[in-house]
This record gives sequence, structure tokens and C-alpha cells, in this order.
Amino acid sequence: MNQIQEISWQGLWKNNPALVQMLGLCPLLAVTNTFINGLGLGIATLLVLIGSNISVSVVRNWIPNEIRIPVFVMIIASLVTIVQLLMNAYTYELYQTLGIFIPLIVTNCAIIGRAEAFASKNSVPLAAWDGFMMGSGFLVVLLVLGGIRELLGNGTLFSGADLLLGDFASNWTVHLFDFEQHFLVSILPPGAFIIMGLLIALKNRYEKRIEALVVGESKKSEKIERARVTTES
Amino acid sequence: MNFKVSSSPHNRIKRKTSDVMLAVILACIPGILAQVWYFGIGVLVQIALAITAALLTEIICLRQRNRSFMQIKDNSALLTGLLLGICLPPLAPWWIAVIGACFAIVIAKQIYGGLGQNLFNPAMAGYVVLLVSFPLAMTLWLPPLNLIEYSLSAWDMILVIFTGYSDQGYSLAQFRTSLDGITMATPLDAIKTGLSNQQTYQEILQQNIFNHDFGIGWMQVNLAYLLGGLWLLQRKIINWRIPLTFIASLFLLSGICYLASPQSIADPLMQITSGATMFAAFFILTDPVTASTTPKGRIIYALLVASLVFVIRNWGGYPEAVAFAVLLANMCVPLIDYYTKPRTYGHVKG
Repeated sequence: MNQIQEISWQGLWKNNPALVQMLGLCPLLAVTNTFINGLGLGIATLLVLIGSNISVSVVRNWIPNEIRIPVFVMIIASLVTIVQLLMNAYTYELYQTLGIFIPLIVTNCAIIGRAEAFASKNSVPLAAWDGFMMGSGFLVVLLVLGGIRELLGNGTLFSGADLLLGDFASNWTVHLFDFEQHFLVSILPPGAFIIMGLLIALKNRYEKRIEALVVGESKKSEKIERARVTTES
Repeated sequence: MNFKVSSSPHNRIKRKTSDVMLAVILACIPGILAQVWYFGIGVLVQIALAITAALLTEIICLRQRNRSFMQIKDNSALLTGLLLGICLPPLAPWWIAVIGACFAIVIAKQIYGGLGQNLFNPAMAGYVVLLVSFPLAMTLWLPPLNLIEYSLSAWDMILVIFTGYSDQGYSLAQFRTSLDGITMATPLDAIKTGLSNQQTYQEILQQNIFNHDFGIGWMQVNLAYLLGGLWLLQRKIINWRIPLTFIASLFLLSGICYLASPQSIADPLMQITSGATMFAAFFILTDPVTASTTPKGRIIYALLVASLVFVIRNWGGYPEAVAFAVLLANMCVPLIDYYTKPRTYGHVKG
């Protein structure tokens, strides 16, 4: 497994920001009541993460160690503002639905975590790739969580797709089943916690099997170490 | 003679978990009979559904956790199903009981590690999920049978539960309005609605669901549960501290407020004889796993539940509050237990 593959593996599964590092749970749990909301926030986070990783990596040799955190925060905040203004301009309804959680991307620890742990120590292409993979890992969890919650709570999928993708997607909503009464708790905040917990449990259940599949038996037995989330992985 | 030397405790009660659970189940019988008398055979169907779902889920979970499914013999899943079934509206659709029981067993009990490890009372967790998810179906209580003008046969009730419509095609909503447009809520519900409509408590009591001082049917059901609870106390299955503190403090709290403003609050006797008060006091709060276990802790725990019930009933969004109050108090139990550890004999205080 070369470095590029290793980064993808870490971001998507082994060190997934949502399922393993459990960073950025606040927006994760708050906005995933539909698939499209999850997608919107996921893409926004992904863009910010790529941008911040690249910028941090570019300036990494000129930042004094003592003030690196404020600098990272400034970079992330500017990128979040850019994304926020873009969403305000092009996907205004989704922007209103997501509300405060777009500005709150700036406090998403997954982003500053990657800046600190990876981007400030690696070259630009690697940092960009890491940002993309970590962001995708986050995005996938948002989509799965949003999908499950929307399915259980509304019986639909992709409702409100036109908010993000434009008018041509307005009839994308899939009605999978239609009960008189929906399982409301899955749209409410407690449902987010419960389903998130179940997803983590599911991941842990199949952890070994999938790791053996991807990494291979031989490599797995070589090193046994804790998944570290605070420093370089 | 052969003297055995053994360490304390010397006085042991040789009582198995399954026997305790069975005694609690038996003690529910008078209450269930009263419920069936006033609300019809639907109560039994709900209980049967909840128990079946709970037992099946428990077996599946035990298999998944590589435990012997003979653990089902500890009767705890049976009791959870029974307690949940008792709480359900008699004519709720069948899947309500099934979802509730599955949630209670899987999420509230087995995920925490099975019997003895659960933080929350499984039956109440299942009930709250149902109440939050399906508020409409979960608050559709029928008026007591003798107040419905259209007589409802047992077969009709079963049809309504499983298909949603009775033999003649009446739906649940029609039964609820008693076919002549008089909406019948539970007494607590009626009080809540009436008070928010600026009626005084005394005016509300004139509605035909009340028999001057009490909700018809609900008082008798509560008394029947009190009877079962007293039997449990007498058998020393449960400790007197929790039920007594709970009922007394609920009575006192509502008594004080009733004296201060008798028009805007239900009187204390109504508070302790309606809704799930007695059932909760003896059967829900006393759950040995999720309740506090120290003598002082039990009193604090019951006091906490009583004040929460009182606050939520009178100022909260839901007419009945026991389930929420119990779950909130369950969360505090580890803390309560930590600070009320009894002094070990021979050790200094503190």
C-alpha cells in the first residue's frame, strides 16, 4: 500500500473523521435529517477541508510554531466564509435550511485536526489528497445517516434535491413507502444519536473483516497499534 | 455438629431473578383485569403483542451475543413486554407494540449489556420512543367502555388493532369521538386541554368522563394496581421507600399548589389516582436495575421522579409524564447512588 492508497484508506475507513475520530458531530447530527441536507453540508465541509489543507500546506514552512493554531483558524474561517457566500448565492434555499451550521463548519474539529496533524507536515499534493479523502469519509457518513433518517422518518429519499442541484432535480424524490404515521424519532435529535451509535457499532462489527480484505492478512499481523486521532496517523 | 465458617452476608434470601420477575408479573394481574374491564379486550391483545415481540427480540439478541437463549427464563423480557403492553392505548395499531418492544429490548437493554446493565428502564424507553414518534396513535385512549354509545365487541377490537377498521368499517378516530362527536380524552388529557382553554378545574370536572371527583375507570385501575403493589410490598419483593415517597410527594406537591390556586390545577387526589401514578409507583419506579439501590438514594430518586411528574404534568407538553420523569431520573441514579452510599459498619462517617 503506497502513500496515496494509505491516505485514502485512513480517510474513508480506518480513521474516518465521523465514525472513528468522532469529530464534527454537532453538524453531523444536527443537519442529517434528510439525505440532501447531509449532501449539502458534506460538500461544503469537503470543499473547506481540501482548501484548508492546501493552504496550510503551502504556508507550512513560514508559520512560527507558536502561532500556528490562530493562523489555521484564520485560513479555515476565510474558506468557510467563501463557501457560505457561494451557497448563499447559488443554493439559497439549502443555505437557509442548513442555517447556522454552515458558519459552524469553522469549528469542525475534523478540519483543524487535519491541518494540524497532516497538512502542516506534508507536501501540497498529499495534503490536498488527504483533505479530499477525509472530507469524503465525512461526506459518506453524512449521506448514510441522512438517508437512513429520511427513510425511516419520512419514507422518502432525495426529497428537496432541487434545493441543491437545481430545478431539474425537483422530481427526484423517491417515495419508498407511505405510512399514515412516520417514525418521527429518527428525524428528531435523539434519533440522530441512536442511528449514529448503531453505525459506529456496525463499523466496529465488520472492522476486522474489511481490514483483512483491503490491507491483507500479512500486513495486519505486523503492526498492532491504537488508532491515534490527535497526532499524525 | 458441623459448623460452617463463612464470610458475610450471613442472612441470604434465596430468591431467583426469575421468581422476583414472576411475582411482579402476578402482581400486575388485578390492574390488568381492571383495565380490561374498563377498556376492553384490546388491553390484553396489546400485552400479548408486546410480550411476544419482546421475547422473540430477546432470543435473537441473546443468540447474536453468543449467550444461551435459555437466559430468557429469567422472565425479564416477559416483564418488559408486559409493562410496555400495559402502557399502550388499547386500540393502538399492532405495529406500535412490536416497534416499542423491539426498541426496549434491543436499544434500551441488550446494547447496554443485557439484564442488570441497562441504564434506562427498558419498558419506559420503548414507551417514550413510541410517544415521541407516533404522538397521534399513542394518545388515542378510548373512553371507558360504559361511556361509548356504540358497543364494541371483542372481535371488533381485534380487527381495529390489526386492520385499523372494525367489522362495520368504523375507524379508530370514530370510536374515539364516540360516534356522536363528543371527544373523549383521558382524564389528565381533558384537564390539560380544559385548563389551556381557560376553563377552571371545577368546570372541567363537569365533563362526563369525570365522576365528580375522579376519572371514571382510571381511578379503579389505579386502585387495582395499588392492590397489586401492596401485595408486592407484603412479599418484600419491593422496598416501601420508593412507592411511598413517590405517592406522598406527588400528593404534597400538588396539594400545596391546589391550595394556592384550586382553579388552575388538578386536585391531589386526582393526581394520584389518574394516569399511570400507581402503576408507576409500584411497578416502574421499583425496577431493581434502573432505580437507586441505597435507602437514602431511593427516597431522593422517588422525590425526583415525583417532582418531575408534577412539573411535566402541569406545565409540560404531554398530559402524562411518568415515562419522561422515570427516564430523566434514571440518568441521575449513578450519581445519587454515589453520594448516598451507606456507611460500612465500623468505618467512620464520610
